[in-house]
Formats: sequence, C-alpha cells, structure tokens
Amino acid sequence: MGRYFLRKLVIYAATFVVAVTIDWAIPHLMPGNPVLTLVGRIQIRDPRVAQQLYHHYMRAFNLDLPLWKQYWYFWVALFHGDLGTSILEFPTPVTTIIVDAVPYTLALLVPAILLSWYAGNKFGALAARRPVLDNSLLPFGYTLTATPYMWLGILLVWVLAVTWHVFPVGFAYDPTAQRAFSWPFVSNLAYHWFLPFLSLFLVSFGGWAIGMRNMIIYELESDYAHYLEALGAPQRLIRKYAFRNAMLPQITGLALALGAIIGGALVTEIVFSYPGLGYQIYRAITNEDYFVIQGIFLFIIIGVLIANFIVDIVYLIVDPRTRIGMEGGR
Amino acid sequence: MSSVPTAPLASPVDPSRVEEPPIAAPTSGLRESLHFALRNKKLVFGLSMTSALLLFALIGPWIAQHPPLAYGGHLSLAPTTKNGYWFGTTLLGQDVFSQFVTGLRLAFIVGALGGGIAAIIGMVIGFTAGYRSGFVDEALNMLTNVVLVIPTFALLLVIAAYLQVRGIMMEAVFIGITSWPWAARALRAQTFSLVSRDFVDMARLSGRSSRQIIFKEIAPNMSSYLFMMFILLFGGAILIAATLDFIGLGPSNTISLGMMMQLSVQNAALQLHLWWWFLPPGLAIMALVGSLYVMNVGLDEVFNPKLREL
Repeated sequence: MGRYFLRKLVIYAATFVVAVTIDWAIPHLMPGNPVLTLVGRIQIRDPRVAQQLYHHYMRAFNLDLPLWKQYWYFWVALFHGDLGTSILEFPTPVTTIIVDAVPYTLALLVPAILLSWYAGNKFGALAARRPVLDNSLLPFGYTLTATPYMWLGILLVWVLAVTWHVFPVGFAYDPTAQRAFSWPFVSNLAYHWFLPFLSLFLVSFGGWAIGMRNMIIYELESDYAHYLEALGAPQRLIRKYAFRNAMLPQITGLALALGAIIGGALVTEIVFSYPGLGYQIYRAITNEDYFVIQGIFLFIIIGVLIANFIVDIVYLIVDPRTRIGMEGGR
Repeated sequence: MSSVPTAPLASPVDPSRVEEPPIAAPTSGLRESLHFALRNKKLVFGLSMTSALLLFALIGPWIAQHPPLAYGGHLSLAPTTKNGYWFGTTLLGQDVFSQFVTGLRLAFIVGALGGGIAAIIGMVIGFTAGYRSGFVDEALNMLTNVVLVIPTFALLLVIAAYLQVRGIMMEAVFIGITSWPWAARALRAQTFSLVSRDFVDMARLSGRSSRQIIFKEIAPNMSSYLFMMFILLFGGAILIAATLDFIGLGPSNTISLGMMMQLSVQNAALQLHLWWWFLPPGLAIMALVGSLYVMNVGLDEVFNPKLREL
C-alpha cells in the first residue's frame, strides 16, 4: 500500500512542479511585457513618471532579478499563499479574488460531477442490452456528450429564462436580496444555481451513461458472465456482477474527466454570469489581468491533484485486488 | 479488439482491462468488414452526416454572398432569401451564414490538425513505451501520467491568454500537444499485449529492427483501433477549440463557431431573441461531434464481432 501511494505522490509532486514551472515560464517566454501593458494602462503624460513607475513595478514584481532568483521567489511567494495582485482591481490580492469565487464554482462542480456520474452509471447499466431503452438512451446520450457546455447553457437560458421566465437569466442571487443565512436568501441562491447546474449535469450525464452502457456490454460478453449463464444464474445476478466490474474503469474515468468538466464549468459560468472562477477568468482575459489568470490556473491544478488523490483512495477501497496485490504480492 | 472509449473525455480506456486483440485474417478481413460496414446503420449515419457537413464547409464559403466579418447595412435581420442573408445577420449587420460556414471550415481544420498531432504523439509514445520495457517505459509512463493529471484546458487558457496574435494553426497545435495522453496510455496497453505474440518473436528472430517490427507487425494489427482513436481525438479537439474560443481566446482576424457563440452572448442576442445567431454554431458542433462519436461506435461494431447487434 505504501508503495502504491508513494508512486502516486511522486506523480502528483512532479505534476505540481511542472505546472508551477509552466505557470511561471509562460509570461517570460511570451513576447510582450506585462509591466509595459500595466504602465500603458495608467496613461501617464510625463514620460519620466512613466519611467519611474515602470522601474517601480519591475522591482515590485522582481522582474529585474536574474531568472533563477525570480523562479525561486515565485515558489517562496506561492508557499506564502501570495499569487500576486490583480491589475484590474488594483490593490486586491489574487488570493482574495479566488477565495471569493471558489464557493460558487464548487457549488456547481461537486454536485454536477457526483450526481451525473451516479445517474449516468445507473442509466447506462439499465440500458445495456435492452433494445427499447438502449435505442432511446444511445442517441440521447451521444447528443448530450457532443454538445458544447456553453451551448446547452445558452439554450437553457434562452428557453427557460428569457422566453418562459421560469428561471433567472443569471447571477448567483438577486441584487436586491439581503445577504444573510436565512431561508429567503438560501432559496434565492438555489433558484439561481439550478440552471447552470442542470446544464453541467446533462452534458456529463450523457458521457457517463454511454461509457457505462458500453462497459456492461463488454462485461456481459466475458467468460465469467457466460459461465454464470451456463450455470443457470438469474440475469439479475449476472448484471450485478457485470455492473461491479464495469464500475472500476468508470472510477478511473472520473479522475480523467475532471479537467474537461472544469473547462465546462468555466464556460457555463460565463453564460450565466455566475460569479465563480470561470467568470473571473473571463473578466481577467478580456482585461488582460494576467496574475489572476495564472493564479486561477494554479488553484485549479491544486484542486485537480486533491481530487485525483481522493479518487485513488476510493479506488483502493472499492477494488480489493489493488489492496491484496499491494500487501501480499509485494 | 478491445474496447475503444466512446467519449474520450468521459470514459477513457482503462489499460487494466484491455483484451487480447485478435489477429486479423489478411485478405478476407477487408471484404468482410466492408460487408458489415455497409449494413451498420450507425456507421452509415455517422459517415453520411460527417460527409454532408464537410461538403457544406467546403462549398459554403464559395457561395456566401458577404465576407464573414464585413458589416452590412442590415442589422439583426431574421433569416431571409433576400440579399443572400440566408441565416440572417448579427446585431452589427454581419452575415451569419458566411460566419457559420467559415467557422465550420475552421472546426474541420482544428479537428484534423489537432487530432492528427495528438494521434501521432500518442502513437510514438504509446508504441515506444509498450515495446520497450524498463527505464524508457517508466519515463514515458511518468510523462503520460503528468500530462494526464494536468488540467490541460486550464493550461491552454494560460498559454493562449499570453499570445498577442492567435492563429488557427497555433490553436490546433496547442490542442494537439496537450490531448494525447489517454491515447498513448491505451496504445501502450495494446502494444504490450501484442509484443509477446509469436509472430512478433518471429520477426525479432529474423533480425528486423524495432522500428520495422512496430510499424510492419504491430501497428497493422491495430489499424482499426488507431483509426477510431483518431476519430475521437478529432471530435475532442473540436470541442476544446470551441470552448477556448468561447472564453475569448479564439484566433484573431477570423471567426469560429465558438467565437460566434461568445459574441452572441456578449451582445445580448439571447435577450433580443436573435436565435439565428446563437443556435447554428452550437447545433453544428453537436451534429459534427455527435456523428463522429456515432460513427466510432459503428466502426467498433464492424471490427468487433462480439458487439454486433444481436
């Protein structure tokens, strides 16, 4: 078991180092100087003042130091939780922006990921090798998983919010609502949360359902299933075993699909003007607020690594072979 | 033949459950495949839909009456037969039809180039790791795992944000070099299960070089698998590009389907009910990627007798 975790930890540590290095290197490799952009934005007439401001920023961001020192300070700052300062909202640290936005993104992502995974697996298993159900699930599932996240969001907003007025067009809550931990405010939050959640849920649901359906079909064709059938076991039992075996790749798939779902959540937030990380990153990109973009990237990396680690532990609990293989075999 | 994942983003291949690929019978195999291919509804549907869209993307820009980015005098025009504004105009008076066909063409370019680059990298790394064991395998595995864990979409965001001038080719290349890991992993497992076969040993005994063995002995035995992998990477690249473009990181000086959606949302097309502006781009992506996926299932059924409809 220790070996298994050690291996995983080495991979995660390497990933983190690579990601941080890329995050640090990209601005240095790219043409253009963010400090020049920053100074240019302030629009100072006097060139001497602009010059001084330029040097001030170069020193403030450590850009006048040798490269290796800059890299080292980047790591030091990172471990102090310092991701730089937003240029758009000048003195606000990037960390504050992220901390304010994260609850909204997590509120969308976590339920959407878990529920779509659960429901998709159930439906997929139900539909496999059952012609009537399969013939409706398959086209439906393929349509959903081929749909761009933001387009489903656009569709839902247009039909349910703009045309029928069933749901709000966007934002996390009514601007007039009193921010308090009270029933009216919480229900207001839930009311605004539902549509972005639904569009995330639906797209991921399609992928999981199809994945499970295909896995079950492979499992039902395997030797143990045929053997059980020959022994006269009821279909229900065979399907139960098939489901359990088909589950394992779906758990691995959960870790691998994280990146795509996060991308989906980012654009869904943009469609709904939902004030999570996606909305912040969109604002940062349109305003060239680079520190925010880099900070959110690092934050997503850390989140994905943690999620991967959780999936590893779950896999270990669910699949006894990994445990036995690690304890006995090695 | 082992299971090919249907959607690369949602259900990637788990190497632990790769079945032994059967060795294809050389001559009769092709005719038999063709026989089943023409009778497979999914394959025929997916292929004809993809071809129709491709034809549209090729011909469309020729028959469009207005340049995609030119501002005409007619603002927010609903679809009409007059003046060639078949898909209507945007809030600013641009021809939606012209933008749509240009975007569709770009989607095919991004898919082919991005998917192609990802397939090549995946093949090189997957074949090498599967064929050579020991240190090379370990190192390549590590690389694959690291890229697999990195949320590549977020990485693309950072890279694209820093580029001042963005081109469609650059976008495709970046998508290609970040989306290969699941393919490499799947191919490594496939290669691994073939390496110990007798015919590979024979080839080795007869003094063939490693490269010859990989390309002449191993690769042909999974040609159908490789083709399906490319289709999935193709569809995946289109979806990633659309998402990037929607965030505002699309190519400069042109228009893509994702940018059409971004601009329509930015200009309140939803509130103004300009449906002809925001419906076609998403519908096209859905139809194209969906038919690619369906085509992939059809191919899987053709090549894998176990999966054929009972």
